Amino acid sequence: MELVLSAGIGVLTASGVWLLFRPRTYQVIIGLSLLSYAVNLFIFGMGRLRVNAPPVLEPGGVGGLLTHTDPIPQALVLTAIVIGFAMTALFLVVLLASRGFTGTDHVDGRE
Amino acid sequence: MNWANNLIILPILLPMATAAALIPIDDRNRTLKGVLSFASTVVLFVATVILIGVVSSGEAAGTSVYMLGNWPAPFGIVLVLDRLSALMLALSAVLGLAAQVYAMARWHTAGSHFHSLFQLLLAGLNGAFLTGDLFNLFVFFEMMLAASYGLLLHGSGPMRVKAGLHYIAVNLAASSLFLIGVSLIYGATGTLNMADLAVRITTLGPESRMLMEAGAALLGIAFLVKAGMWPLGFWLPTAYSAATPPVAAIFAILTKVGVYVIMRLSLLLFGNEAGTSAGFGQDLLLYGGLFTIAFGAIGVLASQAMGRLASYSILVSSGTLLAAVGLGNGAVIGGALFYLVSSTLTTCAFFLLIELVERGRDAGADVLAVTMEAYGDIDEDEPEKEIGVAVPGTMAVLGLCFCACAVLMSGLPPLSGFLAKFAILHELFNESGFGGNMPITAAQWIYVALLILSGLAAMIAMNRIGIRTFWTSIEGTIPRVFLIEITPVLLLLAATVFLSLQAGPAMRYMDATARALANPSNYTDPVLSAPRAGPTEGG
Repeated sequence: MELVLSAGIGVLTASGVWLLFRPRTYQVIIGLSLLSYAVNLFIFGMGRLRVNAPPVLEPGGVGGLLTHTDPIPQALVLTAIVIGFAMTALFLVVLLASRGFTGTDHVDGRE
Repeated sequence: MNWANNLIILPILLPMATAAALIPIDDRNRTLKGVLSFASTVVLFVATVILIGVVSSGEAAGTSVYMLGNWPAPFGIVLVLDRLSALMLALSAVLGLAAQVYAMARWHTAGSHFHSLFQLLLAGLNGAFLTGDLFNLFVFFEMMLAASYGLLLHGSGPMRVKAGLHYIAVNLAASSLFLIGVSLIYGATGTLNMADLAVRITTLGPESRMLMEAGAALLGIAFLVKAGMWPLGFWLPTAYSAATPPVAAIFAILTKVGVYVIMRLSLLLFGNEAGTSAGFGQDLLLYGGLFTIAFGAIGVLASQAMGRLASYSILVSSGTLLAAVGLGNGAVIGGALFYLVSSTLTTCAFFLLIELVERGRDAGADVLAVTMEAYGDIDEDEPEKEIGVAVPGTMAVLGLCFCACAVLMSGLPPLSGFLAKFAILHELFNESGFGGNMPITAAQWIYVALLILSGLAAMIAMNRIGIRTFWTSIEGTIPRVFLIEITPVLLLLAATVFLSLQAGPAMRYMDATARALANPSNYTDPVLSAPRAGPTEGG
């Protein structure tokens, strides 16, 4: 599981960074999205990988490190997803505005 | 819990509430929106002045803690007010006031929701200064950035959209690094509370310490991008010179947020108690800062347009501050803070002044082609609104303001720019300061030389542009300046004069701040031992 997750994060980051350096705005936004997925998985991984361990207490139950996983990274991921999503939407608008103004999808506004 | 303690949350709540309240008001009632927003910022300013009084009246450190939801640190999120954060809050409120008044003359008509975005920017800024939690810092930082994206695009036009596109892409990538850094630190230490982190760092095992340092380095890069350290600051001049004047003026403090966080975290986490991590990243900050000063000074000399000159001078001031943190001499921090206040006020005033001066010049004058464009549009829309009184001797007032900016930027006496640089140099050579008897290294001599040379560069560049604008102007048209536009510039410059006159008390405050920062337990003890508020009477 660790290997799959780390390989996944690595592939997403590599693709994201490569796309980020491409000259087309659409490639940049996809690159930023991939990068934010990689970051979200990374935050999740920092809570350590556990199988069959819920992050939330049952009513009346007693929490413990043996039966429960760390809930904080999951809460952080949630926040990061929301913020990342909003920023992607905003970037999309700016991208379209730039396309409208310059007539090209090059990041510098000219070929 | 007394009222002053509850006041800590006000700098975040008030702008946020104002921003929300302004959204439903129709955009045609801009004056109403502007007045409401201005009133809110005035209250904010008064609150920050009271907060400064609170921190400087109490015991030496003056740290007070506000527990959100009454959960004690490190489990809950805390807001921490100390001398440094109170100073930054007041500075951002002053800049906010000036930019807002200026915008009400005409710039807030160039797009929608200017005042809401502006208030959200203030809320994000204040939150970033107050928070005592790393992830909360991320949230406030993103809030500030989101508002700044909107503000940078305010006024629209191809140049601003292009600059905005680059600005957003750079900051989104930096935010990813921020998150990776925060989660690495959490993974290694199991805490996000800054005070708790500073305590836990002392007992970290070697493997965790390595991860923690990697996390801190990534976090640092995110903030160095924001602060514009060479080679991470290439985006800055383009973005700042494309922004509308009031926006560029408030952006003068955005780089200082980066500097603030670097200063806060490196002094708190990597102080003398941090074991083998003590002084982590200091050399990078020092040399990076030196390169930034050099790069900024060359940029200042090479700038043909005033907007770019101002942007590069922001880089110079970032570099000066980063290198001062990197010197690792606690006493220099006091002078650096004085410099931070002085240079931020100056840059803000200069950004506001630029557009007024440029207004009289040929629209084709390389510089603010963008600005002129938006400016022309407004004229077409509302020609009858030209009711502003042309201030008598406009050129004389503008020229005097320009001279004051030049004196401040180049660090000549008698204004605060000189006192700030003098304070830094004095502490650097002061062997009896609390920084101790540190040998003066080659890097410090280079710092001294660059500090003086960057002032010289600013003076040469300002002279050249000043002569071209005021003495050998081809058209000789006198710009039409509204009283409401020149007042904020004059008030900001008056603030620097006030800072020069009250240099004694101001320096004492900065020195006390530096002393408090030099000892992390001034921050960690109050946070970790803060008592929870008891149930209210009759509750």
